[in-house]
Amino acid sequence: MNKEDNSLQYAVEADQLVKIFNNERVVDGISLQVEKGMIYGFLGPNGAGKTTTIKMLATLLKPDGGSAKVMGYDLQKEANQVRRSISLTGQFASVDEDLTGFENLILIARLVGFSKKGAKNRAHDLLKAFQLEEAGKRQVKKYSGGMRRRIDIAVSILTSPDLLFLDEPTTGLDPRSRNQVWDIIRALSDNGTTIFLTTQYLEEADQLADRIGVIDQGVLIAEGTSKELKASVGAGRLSVHFHTQEDLEKAHQILKSLTDEPIEVNEKGMLLTVPIKDHSDAANAISKLVNEQIQVSDFQMGQPSLDEVFLTLTGKTTKQAEEGGIKHDE
Amino acid sequence: MTNKDEQAIDLQKVLNLSEHPKRPSAITASLTFGWRALLKIKYVPEQLFDVTAFPIIFLLMFTYLFGGAISGSTGEYLNFVLPGILVMTVSMITMYTGLDLNKDIEKGIFDRFKTLPIWRPAALVGALLVDMLRYTVASTIMISLGYILGFRPEAGITGIILGILILLLFSFSLSWIWTFLSLIVRSEKALMGISMMILFPLTFLSSVFVDTATMPGWLQKLVDINPITYVVDTVRGFIHGTVTSDLILVVSLISLGLIVIFAPLTMYFYRNHS
Repeated sequence: MNKEDNSLQYAVEADQLVKIFNNERVVDGISLQVEKGMIYGFLGPNGAGKTTTIKMLATLLKPDGGSAKVMGYDLQKEANQVRRSISLTGQFASVDEDLTGFENLILIARLVGFSKKGAKNRAHDLLKAFQLEEAGKRQVKKYSGGMRRRIDIAVSILTSPDLLFLDEPTTGLDPRSRNQVWDIIRALSDNGTTIFLTTQYLEEADQLADRIGVIDQGVLIAEGTSKELKASVGAGRLSVHFHTQEDLEKAHQILKSLTDEPIEVNEKGMLLTVPIKDHSDAANAISKLVNEQIQVSDFQMGQPSLDEVFLTLTGKTTKQAEEGGIKHDE
Repeated sequence: MTNKDEQAIDLQKVLNLSEHPKRPSAITASLTFGWRALLKIKYVPEQLFDVTAFPIIFLLMFTYLFGGAISGSTGEYLNFVLPGILVMTVSMITMYTGLDLNKDIEKGIFDRFKTLPIWRPAALVGALLVDMLRYTVASTIMISLGYILGFRPEAGITGIILGILILLLFSFSLSWIWTFLSLIVRSEKALMGISMMILFPLTFLSSVFVDTATMPGWLQKLVDINPITYVVDTVRGFIHGTVTSDLILVVSLISLGLIVIFAPLTMYFYRNHS
């Protein structure tokens, strides 16, 4: 099948996809290309059209306009071939919560065509690989959030799909579970699975994705590698803590001379925060402060948040974007 | 070797699947969905409440409430009314098929089912197959209880089995109305309301409780075109050995008609459900 088809360059080629709900263009002409083997991150706030786009690409929703090829097959004319080479892990558990983890795996394994025995073996292998051997015997409704995500992904890769869609794979997870899911995603990618994920977190896209598309109100407003995006947005912000009020004030003056960016002053926390363009800016600023004999008690580098990306790209915060957007991204 | 590395190796192993399995047949897919429905009954046995409690309550209630007034004695009335209540009860229970689907379809797992390269109606057909089993349970309970109360079928066990079989055929067909409605009606409550609105008049204005000859002419005309009347007459006919081939033909045609209309409608809305 397609795994052998090395001539295929793009796992996804979307051309002007449109979806209209109640006269609102929830997805308004999205064109993008995802190279085979890469992790593509689709970044945007709630209601931006991420889920709707993913649902169209996974044959769950019919586009109202435009076309797309998924693993080389036409989305509309060859939907069954598309279905055979993809898998989708939805935002809300796409497993049956009343059944056990093991039964869920058997159910889908049988439906994709495994024999009874083949399904059982496959289920056991997957439970082991996802460290759910014990949990496999319990009903999914008794799982923690992280376990649910893992069984969900395990079910998704039963057929070892060429392309895996993950809709907000870590939303609502604690940091430890989130890291586990990240490890799984990286391992899948290392094995050649193309991954198309949506996320609300720049950090997640930054950690995982080879390429990031930023979506707002159904339109792709920026695309590039994490580096390229940050170059346009800035590397993030530098926070510096001081021991004394005097140092804080002195540092404020020095930083003002270094940058035109607005400096946030938090006198109660003895904290200055300033947006920076790249990391050498930060090093430069810190060394200036030290040269001026200012006692720096601590400093931190923060990633730019999705909010800042949005502010830069669209001139509004994600909150404003959500309010302006449409709430169909269920 | 760290835990993480081990996991990576296990993952690599499961990802190196040498070949994609073949698409399952329509029958395998339907039976697999049936298996899922059975598991659900195993975990939530309360689901069987409708098929156990309904037949018992309905049979006792109607036999003793109407028996004396309509036939002069409950014993005689039981022989007449039991096949009728059987049809009524099972027809009413079919409604739950729609309610279950309505709840089920809101869950994320239906999105996954839709991305599988399977025969699309399998998810519904599988559930309906298990419902056949539920209807059989309901029928068995009702007839057993009836027997204890003095019900004596004239055509023996064969008549009963044939009667139940044709009732199952009709219920399977009727269920497609509810699966269709469950996809276009948004809330469970509304669905329940609509189902009741259809089922109540349909089952009462029929030959379930009384001989249609006792009704005023205008009502008789109405009752005589009610499909439930045909089903009741056929089941009653099988059980008491008075069935005609015309009746069997009409019920078969009604069932076929329901499937031909509502199965494609259901599938259309199922495909485009978002």
